[in-house]
This record gives sequence, C-alpha cells and structure tokens, in this order.
Amino acid sequence: MKVDISGLSKFFENRIRLGIMSILIVNDSYDFNSLKAALCVTDGNLASHLKALEENGLIMVSKKFIGKKPNTSYSATESGEKIFRLHLKALEDIIRKK
Amino acid sequence: METQSEYIEDLRIIKKVMEESSRFLSLSGLSGLFAGLIALAGAAIAVFVFPDGKILLRGGFFLEQPVDDLILLKIRLSILALVVLILAISISLWFSYRKARRKGLKMWTPVSKKLLASLLVPLVTGGILIIIFYLQHNWQLVIPSMLVFYGLALVGAGKFTYNDVHYLGLTEIITGIAALILPAYGIIFWCFGFGLLHIIYGLLMYRKYER
Repeated sequence: MKVDISGLSKFFENRIRLGIMSILIVNDSYDFNSLKAALCVTDGNLASHLKALEENGLIMVSKKFIGKKPNTSYSATESGEKIFRLHLKALEDIIRKK
Repeated sequence: METQSEYIEDLRIIKKVMEESSRFLSLSGLSGLFAGLIALAGAAIAVFVFPDGKILLRGGFFLEQPVDDLILLKIRLSILALVVLILAISISLWFSYRKARRKGLKMWTPVSKKLLASLLVPLVTGGILIIIFYLQHNWQLVIPSMLVFYGLALVGAGKFTYNDVHYLGLTEIITGIAALILPAYGIIFWCFGFGLLHIIYGLLMYRKYER
C-alpha cells in the first residue's frame, strides 16, 4: 500500500527539535531554562536547535526582563504549528497503514 | 529514511513531552490518601478529645446549645484546623516530591506554577470568607464554604494535572452544597469531603498511575 509521507518535515528528523515543538504546541510560551530541564539537553545544544527553528520561521523568540534577570521565552508561530501538525498527521498515517 | 520503529518512537516522544510539559504528573495518589487520614484524625480529635467537642455531632454550636467555655472550644478548633491544614499540605508535597524524584521529573516547572496559581485564587478567597463568617458567627457557612471553595480550586487545577482532580473537585462542591442544605450534619460532610473522598480518590489514582 502506498503511504503519503509528503507531510513529514525534515525539521523534525531531529528528536530535540521534535521535543521543542511538542512543548510549544501545548504551551503558549516556554522559557529557555524550562525547555532545557524538560528535554535534558545542554545549553549549547538547545540554543543551536532553537536558532534553526527560529531562522526557518517555526518559532518566535521574545526577550524580556523579570526584575533584573533576562528571560528568553519561545512560542510556536502559526506556520510552525501548521508544519508540526502535518508532520504529526503523517507520522500517524504511516503507523496506521502499516 | 527513518524506519517504522523510529516513527513509533517519534510519536511516543511527542506524546510524552506534551503530557509532561502541560500537566503536573508528580502528584501522588498517596498524597490524597494521607491527607484524608489526617483530616479524619483531626475530626476525631475535635469530637472525641476536646471537651464539649461532642456538640459538633449534635448539630454544631450554631444551634445555640448551652455550652460553657464555647470560646475555648472555638479557639481549640481554629488551632486544630490550622495544624491539620499544614500537616496535610506538607505530607502531600512530600509524597509528590518523592514521586517526582523517582520518575526523574521536576517539581518546579511552568505547569506547576500555573497549577499553584489556579489553586491559590479560590483557596485564598475562600479562606478570607471563612474567617469573616467565623468572626460574624455565621457558623453554618464555615464547613460548606470550605468544601465548595476547595472544590472550585480543584476543578480549576484539574486542567494542569490528572483529570481525576477535576472530578474530585466536582464531588467536593456537591458535598459542600449538601452541607449547606443540612447544616446540622456539617462535621459528617466535612469528614466525607476532606477525609473519605481524599482517601478514595488517592487510592484510585495510586492504582491508576503508580503501580
């Protein structure tokens, strides 16, 4: 049987990017340190994946200060959410049609 | 190309990460169980140990029963209620901390902050109203308010943790309304709401998620 895999996105071949997007789909926004703790990754690793997602327009960054501490938080863009949902649907279709 | 099993693993990761980041999963069923036992122990002390405590079983002191030292009983009850509250919260936190550590989860996350915020608004509102009712001698409103506001807090918090908490909240609200309709049985409803319901839901949740 032929399965349509055109919905799969190359952005999510990496599990850390997949995890970041999964969190940002169910949360309005999430800060850097909480993402780091939730995904158990290093600063540098997380930062490079966040940058890749941001540069491709899947997520947005907002920087603000809480007191004197800088706080960087991330949220999914509309197109990021769309791409992720298509990816998720493609994954489910592949599994189901097996 | 990824293989089939890798796709399945991808889906598993998506589900796990979504769940862990949007719900507080460290809440332990044992927290409920022990909070319920502490509540029942507190009620037993109030009724059977305190002098004049038995009037709680005979419809409470709002029915203007002739009791000497009513002031003393009220002070004792207030202190006991505070001790029960602190003990129940501490033991709940301890069991949740234990579960979080065992499962490698973090206690202080964005979702646990949301959970706390949604609990605090109805609880603090209810707490202030109860103190006012108490000071204005509206005794019959104290127990129903405790149950109703606690129930509202749980209904709100249920969005950020296991769904069972939402239903526990609804049953607490119903219990509180029943207590308002039948004020003479206040202590019985209190024991049912804070004791028995906690024990039942605690055991259910323990069996469902921790075994």
